[in-house]
Amino acid sequence: MDDAVVVAALVLVAAAATAAVLQRDPARQAIVLSLLGLSLAALFTVLQAPDVGLAQLAVGSAVTPLMILLTVRKVRQRKGRPK
Amino acid sequence: MTRRARLWVLAAGLLAVAALYAAACTQLPGFGGSWHPYGDRAVRAALQQRTANAVSSVNFDLRGFDTLGEESVLFASVLGTVVLLRRTRDEKRVPPEPVRVPAPLRRYGRLMLPVTLLIGLYVIAHGQLSPGGGFQGGVVAATSLHLLYIAVDYPALERFRPLGLYELADGAGEAAYVLLGAAGLIAGSAYLANVLPPGTFNTLSSGGTVPLLNAAVGIEVTSAVVVLLAHFLAQALEIEGEREEGRST
Repeated sequence: MDDAVVVAALVLVAAAATAAVLQRDPARQAIVLSLLGLSLAALFTVLQAPDVGLAQLAVGSAVTPLMILLTVRKVRQRKGRPK
Repeated sequence: MTRRARLWVLAAGLLAVAALYAAACTQLPGFGGSWHPYGDRAVRAALQQRTANAVSSVNFDLRGFDTLGEESVLFASVLGTVVLLRRTRDEKRVPPEPVRVPAPLRRYGRLMLPVTLLIGLYVIAHGQLSPGGGFQGGVVAATSLHLLYIAVDYPALERFRPLGLYELADGAGEAAYVLLGAAGLIAGSAYLANVLPPGTFNTLSSGGTVPLLNAAVGIEVTSAVVVLLAHFLAQALEIEGEREEGRST
């Protein structure tokens, strides 16, 4: 039973990570990255590491994607303007 | 060094690391087994120091010096970001226009902000007792403030986030950790030694210096994430360079 949960979490992480690599638009990639953070947090919790899971949840699914989205916005501002 | 020689050095280094890593992995306890040589010792030490959360005991007591390094890495990287993302001479601040926020999003933000902030503070305060601690709770508390930006708007976030105070708190948190370590040196045997009485197991004041170091990290991480996001937000929303002036015309 425990093994099934661990395997399910591992598959979820692998799927989310592959999706993050296959997605080429950085803004959408940030959203997929946040899902990857969420599934990694689930994996760590299942593996009895709730401390790391909490850190992963806070950093990986909220702060990192937000920083990427803000960076993408800044870079696009720069590119999108006529010179 | 030529490109070829560099590649050889890299290959040699990678091979050595791979060999050592493989050798180390053969000695690891099996996955899911009941033999945990390091875990058993860490838990025994944590119980001795009356720290209910063994992970916090490892982070702030057994390996407190490690955590000082990690905290300093965050401090230094935020400092670097502040310097890199400052407003340069050819850039100007343009206050962003107000944005209409849908009513459900507004309600969601108003409801979730206090809840998230409370969870963050709870996780920081109970670092020595339950999973989490200064780092995890600090990130949650800092994130909660930014619900203001999502649910209301950027000026609202700026009004409730005195950046100067957070920059001060960032430095104060880092300094508190360093000074608490020095207190161990003066009152006890070594830098970051746990010199305070361990207290009663599973109460808020248990663990000696663990809750204090944990609080210092909590203050540092909360402020560091707020300062970090503040500079990213300012760059994305406010600061415009020479080349970007075409927007208003």
